[in-house]
Amino acid sequence: MAEYISKIQEISKKILQDGKVDIVIGFSDGSLPMASRPCFIKSPEDTGKLIFDGNCGINLANYLTGKKEKIGIIAKGCDSRNIAQLIVENKIKREQLFIIGVPCFKMIDKRKTSLLFEEEITQVTESDDKIIVKGKNKEKTFNREDMLQENCITCMHRNPVIYDELAGELIKESDQKAEYEDVKKIEAMSSEDRWNHFSEMLSACVRCYACRDACPLCYCPTCFVDESSPQWVGKSADNQIDVKTFHILRAFHCAGRCTDCGACEKACPMGIKVRKFTRKLNSDAMRHYEWEAGLTTDKRPLLDNFRVNDYQDFIK
Amino acid sequence: MKLVSINKEDFYAGAEKLYNSYKLYIPVKQEDNSYAFKNSDKIDINNLTFLNTRLSPKSLVFPQTEKMFSYTTDTNSEDCNIIKPINKENLKQAILGIRPCDSASFGIVEKNFDTEEYKDPFWINSYKATTFIGLACDNPDSTCFCTTANSGPFDEKGLDILLITSGDSFIGKILTKKGEEAAKIAGWTTEAPADSVSAIEKQKKEAESKISSSISTDKIKDKDTLELYNASFWEEEAFACINCGTCAYVCPTCWCFDIQDEISDKKGIRMRNWDSCMFPLFTLHGSGHNPRDLKYQRARQRFMHKLKYYQDKYQSGIQCVGCGRCIRLCPVNIDIRRICDIMNS
Amino acid sequence: MQNPYLPYPVRIDEIVTETEDKNLKTFKFVFINPKDEKKFSYKAGQFAELSVAGKGEIPIGIASSPTEKGFVKFTVNKMGLVTTHLHAMKKGDIIGIRGPLGNYYPWETLKGKNIVIVGGGFAFTTLRSSIIYMLEPSNRDKFKDINVVYGARVPGMLLYKDELSAWEKRDDINMHITVDATDDPNWKYNIGFVPTIVGEKLPEGNKDTYAVVCGPPAMIKFTQPVLDKLGYSHDNIIMSLENKMKCGIGMCGRCNIGEKFVCKDGPVFTLSQLNKMPKEY
Repeated sequence: MAEYISKIQEISKKILQDGKVDIVIGFSDGSLPMASRPCFIKSPEDTGKLIFDGNCGINLANYLTGKKEKIGIIAKGCDSRNIAQLIVENKIKREQLFIIGVPCFKMIDKRKTSLLFEEEITQVTESDDKIIVKGKNKEKTFNREDMLQENCITCMHRNPVIYDELAGELIKESDQKAEYEDVKKIEAMSSEDRWNHFSEMLSACVRCYACRDACPLCYCPTCFVDESSPQWVGKSADNQIDVKTFHILRAFHCAGRCTDCGACEKACPMGIKVRKFTRKLNSDAMRHYEWEAGLTTDKRPLLDNFRVNDYQDFIK
Repeated sequence: MKLVSINKEDFYAGAEKLYNSYKLYIPVKQEDNSYAFKNSDKIDINNLTFLNTRLSPKSLVFPQTEKMFSYTTDTNSEDCNIIKPINKENLKQAILGIRPCDSASFGIVEKNFDTEEYKDPFWINSYKATTFIGLACDNPDSTCFCTTANSGPFDEKGLDILLITSGDSFIGKILTKKGEEAAKIAGWTTEAPADSVSAIEKQKKEAESKISSSISTDKIKDKDTLELYNASFWEEEAFACINCGTCAYVCPTCWCFDIQDEISDKKGIRMRNWDSCMFPLFTLHGSGHNPRDLKYQRARQRFMHKLKYYQDKYQSGIQCVGCGRCIRLCPVNIDIRRICDIMNS
Repeated sequence: MQNPYLPYPVRIDEIVTETEDKNLKTFKFVFINPKDEKKFSYKAGQFAELSVAGKGEIPIGIASSPTEKGFVKFTVNKMGLVTTHLHAMKKGDIIGIRGPLGNYYPWETLKGKNIVIVGGGFAFTTLRSSIIYMLEPSNRDKFKDINVVYGARVPGMLLYKDELSAWEKRDDINMHITVDATDDPNWKYNIGFVPTIVGEKLPEGNKDTYAVVCGPPAMIKFTQPVLDKLGYSHDNIIMSLENKMKCGIGMCGRCNIGEKFVCKDGPVFTLSQLNKMPKEY
């Protein structure tokens, strides 16, 4: 990990010095254990602030939309896929970017760790396969792989798909196929059970929209929930139909575009498993079209692409 | 002020009696180990070492969605289009186990809703109908900074009774008339031993010494508003902010709201919903112009409001009680303590 | 406890389409409960929330003058949800009004002073209220010279045309009506942007002369240097602001500029006050 950091800092310094980019977007140290803070660096002297560890699960592609300057950006596998997605969707130009690719060693789930540790965590140290968690009264060592974010567990694309320079050696990707067991479980429910399952899951939602705001795909200038004429969705927190409408429609807007980076779920202050919706759509995209989002900048997004050999004929 | 001793049995029996006389809210442990206030009497002493509830109890006085008025748009009705009050009974409610920082927050919010010129009847009536039975805090978190933000682990502001844990029983400090009434209903009348006062004082000192974080706001007060507003650090400090509503929604002292009409089958209501200065829509003019158009401008508003404007407007402390929720829950680790330090330096 | 969110029911008594683009209409409202009219006692410069059941509320400056009794008038620009609905309403329909809200032009200070009024576009509403108020026979002696610069893009976009020509004929008020451009050969007033006319026609500033300025941001931006040049001190320049509002009573939190709320501490501020405040409007 230390090598990653020094390499990230070194590359960032060089591209800033050489004037290849105006800013570098990366992570800086957080004020709490298991936290990092997205930041931008303008001056080569400040590149020492850049860090990288298992707590950098926020998707930095989210900070690119609409930017005009030349940007260096730290990109894990999922970040890079979202960058590719943004390039295809004309939200940023490839020429504007210097992508510092970081083959990802998978991110740690802060909630899972806190839940298992049961008291306030004051310090966390990471090694390749362990994390050592300290509190005021105790210390515990966990296997790193038991503490991973759920999206990282099933991740098939840890290596950046596009990059200009790498901050570490490429990793051998998992050769397992994406099984979507979690999705299948929900698909197997009766529609009534499924409705209840989602109702219960979303009942905690406070409509802070952190899931949307952390998502690099959600760049609409006015989100459909905020639209007032016509007003598609009511604004009250009491009306659970409106809450569901938001989550389900948002997921549909991400169909064929979502890279399962997990930022939505990580951002939710209420711990709602919002990925259940996007995972279903990812699974459908895979099942029907063998499609995974953001793997290349050469193809149009799944749903703005029609082929005459489409397996369904409703559109013909 | 009166001190009463409450043993475990008295405490449980008291909770049950309070439940029968008030709409009683207690902190309840959730599946994911977080806590939430629920209407129940099944309080568990073993769970009272919790740090705090995930969401602040502000919603009990200021619900996230609150109906204000109703009307009909049926042209056959003689009241067509006339906005009418909803007759609301403000049921007596009690919050048992509220942390001192959270009860202190209501006094800060009161300044907004109860003014010389206008009184917000929804907030005021609900606040007045609430009895606050607090639980002193013996094990604060490293994100707690209440002692430098209007409050403290044994703070009594806004409380009617303060309960102090003492082994598996409690000492109750009866602080107000409302508190007396609640203690009487709960049957908490056993006078506490004479040495309780010094014991509480000692426990309080100990708890306060465990508060490891602090903020300073003294210099912010004397700084020129425009100088702070135009300072160069905002863009950098607010860069990470994704402008979600988390900090505002979990904050006990954030009160901003939106007013919305909703209509179904010609029957309509006007309601108010929590809102947040982080949302672009909050200030967007009909013309499309937005005075706080950029993300960092919205983040700046939140901190300037809490740490500068509030101090200036009311010639009082800041609009924060140091509960630390925003620090713990911000998805991108924007830390009010850090911002405050920068503003104050 | 009086509920400050509860609007008074009013009936639409008259609707006048003001401008050639039909986007501005003046609504004359009559209180359904006569007692409410007394409670709705206002001064020129204040605003109210127009409240449409099922649609919401919109803050609008009061266009009638406190000296006009039996009704209140508002000129409404068709813009969003509430105003579009309002524009589709008819005489006899019922809406609510909530107010009066905000502060007003500083009438005590303005007593015995020369008054200069500068207005542009549809921001002339509370200025109309002020002119009617000052021209009221029992009030006119309280003020010295009154000068008015009022401009619109084209003649068809001027508000209150009949009143403008009536004022034009009087000798106790100097009107300087202007349009940005026109091809109307019969146009007998000025042609030119408001700031230009301000520079040409208005008296120099002194401690006894106050300018009340209301208009779109561009007009305000270019008028200010002209007033500076004419020697108006910033204490003597009075402006009325707009910001997005909901509650109108300083509680919902969105219209603030620094520690001040436009809805409650404003909408009227002197330029000196605004100079010390963030430019968040």
